[in-house]
Amino acid sequence: MEAKDFDLLNIDITWCPGCGNFALLRILKETFAELRINPENLVVISGIGQSSKTPHYFKTNSFHTLHGRAIPIATAVKAVNPSLTVIAEGGDGDMYGEGGNHMIHAIRRNPDITNIIHNNMVYGLTKGQASPTTMMGTKTTLQVEGVILDPFNPIAVAIALNASFVARAFVGDIEQTKEILKKAINHKGYAIVDIFQQCPSFNKINTYEWFKKNTYYIDDKHDPYDRIEAFKRSIETEKLPLGIFYINNKKSFEENIGLYTDNKEPICFRERETNKIQEFIELNMR
Amino acid sequence: MDDISIVICGEAGQGIETIEKILTKVLKTSGYHVFSAREYMSRIRGGVNSTEIRISSKSIKAYVNRIDLLFALNSKSIDHLKDRTSDSTLIFGDKEIINNISDLIDIPLLKITNNLGNLRYSNMVILGIICGLLDLSKNDIDNHISKYFGEKGEKIVNNNLESISEGYRLANKLIETGINIKIKKGIEFSRDLSKDNLMSGITAIALGALAGGCNFISGYPMTPATGVLSFMSKYSKEFELIAEQTEDEISAITMAIGSWYAGGRGMTTTSGGGFALMEEGISLSGMAENPVVIHIGQRPGPATGLATRTEQGDLETSLYSGHSEFARLILSPGSIEDCFYLTKYAFSMADKFQIPVFILTDQYLLDCQYNFSPLDYNKYPIKKYIEKTNKDYHRYKFTKTGISPRGIPGFGEGLVIQTGNEHDETGYITEDAVLRKKMVEKRTYDKLNQLKNEVIYPELLGGKAYRFLLIGWGSTRNIVEEALKQIKEPRLGFLHFKQVYPLPREIMGYLVNAQKVIAIENNATGQFANLIKKETGFEIKNKILKYDGRPFSVEDVVSKVKKILEE
Repeated sequence: MEAKDFDLLNIDITWCPGCGNFALLRILKETFAELRINPENLVVISGIGQSSKTPHYFKTNSFHTLHGRAIPIATAVKAVNPSLTVIAEGGDGDMYGEGGNHMIHAIRRNPDITNIIHNNMVYGLTKGQASPTTMMGTKTTLQVEGVILDPFNPIAVAIALNASFVARAFVGDIEQTKEILKKAINHKGYAIVDIFQQCPSFNKINTYEWFKKNTYYIDDKHDPYDRIEAFKRSIETEKLPLGIFYINNKKSFEENIGLYTDNKEPICFRERETNKIQEFIELNMR
Repeated sequence: MDDISIVICGEAGQGIETIEKILTKVLKTSGYHVFSAREYMSRIRGGVNSTEIRISSKSIKAYVNRIDLLFALNSKSIDHLKDRTSDSTLIFGDKEIINNISDLIDIPLLKITNNLGNLRYSNMVILGIICGLLDLSKNDIDNHISKYFGEKGEKIVNNNLESISEGYRLANKLIETGINIKIKKGIEFSRDLSKDNLMSGITAIALGALAGGCNFISGYPMTPATGVLSFMSKYSKEFELIAEQTEDEISAITMAIGSWYAGGRGMTTTSGGGFALMEEGISLSGMAENPVVIHIGQRPGPATGLATRTEQGDLETSLYSGHSEFARLILSPGSIEDCFYLTKYAFSMADKFQIPVFILTDQYLLDCQYNFSPLDYNKYPIKKYIEKTNKDYHRYKFTKTGISPRGIPGFGEGLVIQTGNEHDETGYITEDAVLRKKMVEKRTYDKLNQLKNEVIYPELLGGKAYRFLLIGWGSTRNIVEEALKQIKEPRLGFLHFKQVYPLPREIMGYLVNAQKVIAIENNATGQFANLIKKETGFEIKNKILKYDGRPFSVEDVVSKVKKILEE
C-alpha cells in the first residue's frame, strides 16, 4: 500500500499556499498507507475549520460535521462498529474552543479513537481571530489590544485528566510526526495528538521558523508512563516539547460497555429479535 | 359502583410511588381496570405530591379531576386538593397529623406505625386499607409485597406484611361503620385482563424503541424524559444496546447521529430545555441526510419553566428547529399503546427517509399508566434500508424519489462521504448554484412528497357524521375520548392526530364538513391550530387551551366543550 492509494484526482483544495495543512495531508496519507489501513475501513470525522476540510482531500469514509462536534460523533461510530479505524480531526478552535467540553469528557470516556488537532494558534476559516491557543499579547482584528486570555494548554489538561495517550508533533518534521501518529492510531483508547503547524496568512508570529526554533523533542530517557514527569514537561514554556508525553493503558469505552466482551460482531450488524421484546413484555408488564 | 378515583397525597419521600406501583399491579391481577397519574413538585423531599389511581369495571385510560377517596398524609394535602374534593369525597387521614378539616375519617397512622417502629410504614398501612376496603384477596397482596421487597431481606418483608395486615384490620373497622366502596370486577364485564399489559408511557417509549431496533441511546438527564434512558440503560445488556449518559445534550444528539452514520439505530431523549441545545444536530441531520430519532417529553417552559409538570408547548420548536429548510417527521402518540407503536415506527421512517424523526410526548403521558390489550407485535415491522456499497458509490445520488441509497463505512467497497456543507452527489463540498438548488429540492419537496404518501391519517373518534369537530394531538386523546362518552352528542367528533407533521394532503376534507371546528391543546397559543392554518389557510377560531402546567381532566373537557356547543 502506498500514499498515492489515498490520492483523490481533480480536487480543488481551498487552503492558502504555504499552509501547514498540506504537509499534514501528506503525512496522513503516508501514515495510513504504512499502517496498511484501507480507505474503506477508515473513518475521519471532522468538525469545522480549514483543517476540518482535510477528509475531503483524500480517499476515506468521512463525515464533515459541525463545529466542535467531531468527538461525540466519532465516539458513537467507533462504539457501533469497533472494526473501523476512527479519527476525529479538527483545529485548535474546533477541538479546544467550541468542542472543549467534549474533549474533556472523551478523555474520561476513553473511546478508541485518535484525535488529531491542527494547532496553528489562530482562526483561519474566519480570518485571523485569536484561538484558544493564541499567545497572550497577540494582536488580531478582534483582540485589537492583544489577547488577554491565558492560552489553553491541551497537553497539561489531558495529562491532568489522566488521558490514555498524549502527544504533540510539528508538521515541519514529517518522519517524527508519522511515527507519533502511528503510535497514536495503534494505541487502544483515546489518543490526543496536538500538531503544531504554521498559518502563513494569519499568524505572523508562530511561523514555521518560530516552531523550529521554539520546540525540541523529548528524549528517550523520558518515561511516558510517569504522569508527574509528563506533567512537568507539559508546562514547560521556554521551549515547547514534542513527542509522546504520556501513555496510560486503560480499558477503552468499547471494552467498558461490555457488549463486545463475548461477541466481537459490531453492534450495527446484529439483529434485534422481535420475539424477545414480546417475551420481555409478557414476563414483566402483565 | 363501577368507577372510583382514589388519590393519595403527601410529601415527596413518603412512599406514594410505592403504593402506586404495588396497588396498580394488584388491582390488575385481581381483574380490575386501572389507571394512574402523578403530579409532583420539583423537589426530592417535602412539598405536596399526589397520585391518582382510578379503578373501574370498564376500560379507563384518562385523568379525572374528581376524587372519591382521598388519603391525606399531611395537612397541606387538604388545601392542595381543595378544588378537586367535594362533599361526597371521603377523606382519610390521621387526626393527630391533620387538623384543618372537620369530617376527616380518622386512620391512626402514627399510633400504628409507632408500634411497627417506623413512620415510613404509613404507605403500606394505607395500601392495606385500600385493599381491605376493596375486599381484595390478602393472599395476593402478601405475595406481591414479598416479591417487591424480597431483595431487602426478611425483616423488611415482614414489617411491610404486618403494616398491610394493620391496614386490613382498619379497613374492616371502617366497613363496620358503614363505609362501602366495593367495585364490580372488570373481568365480570369484559374480557380476561390477565393478558393485558400494564405500563407507563416511559416504559412504552423505551420498549417501542427496542422493538424498532434501537441499539444506541444517548441522553442527558432531564425530567420528564430521563426514565426512557434509565429503562434502556437497565436492560442494555439484555438487548445488546449502547446506553450512554453524555456530558451535554449537544453530545447526546451528535452521538445519536454518529451511531446512524455507522449503521446503528440511535435515539436521544430529552425535554424542551435540553432540546434547545440539540438544534444544530437537527440541522446537521437535515443537511447530511443522516437519520436520527429524538424523543421530547414536553414540560412547561420557557427555560426551566415547571420542571415536573406538563404542556404541549414544543410542537413549534420541533417543527422549526434547525436553521434553513429540510424535511422531517413529527409523531405525537395519544396513548401508551401508541408510545410503543410510534416509537417503533420512528426508526424505520428515519432510516427510510434519512431525516430527523421526532416523538413528542409530555409529562402527563410519560408518567401515567393503565392496562391495555396485548400489543400487536407485527404492526410496523422493522425495515432496514442500508445498502452494501460498490466502488462508485455516491452517498447523495439523485433519484426519482429524492432518497439516495444509504451506505455505511466498512460495508462494501465504496466510501461513505457525508458533510454538513452543501455537497455534490459524492458528498464533497460544492458551491455550484444548480447543484445547490437540486439538493435543496431533494431534501425538502422530494422527501416531503414521499412522506405524505406514507402519512399516518388522523383518527376520528365520536360522531362520524359530525357537525362539531374537536381537533387535538398527542396526549389529549384518551381524555377527550372519555369526555365524548359523557357528552353523548352524536354530532360531535374528535379528530386526533398522532402524526402532526407533515399533515395529510386530504386534511381540508375533514375540516369543511364541520359547522364548528374546535382545537383542544395543552398550550397557550394553539400551536397545532396555527400549523393547520399555515398549511391550509383554514383558521380554527374556537380553541380550548390549558396552560397552567396541568393536564386536561375529563371534566375540564366536558364542561368546556359543552359551553362551546351551547354558544
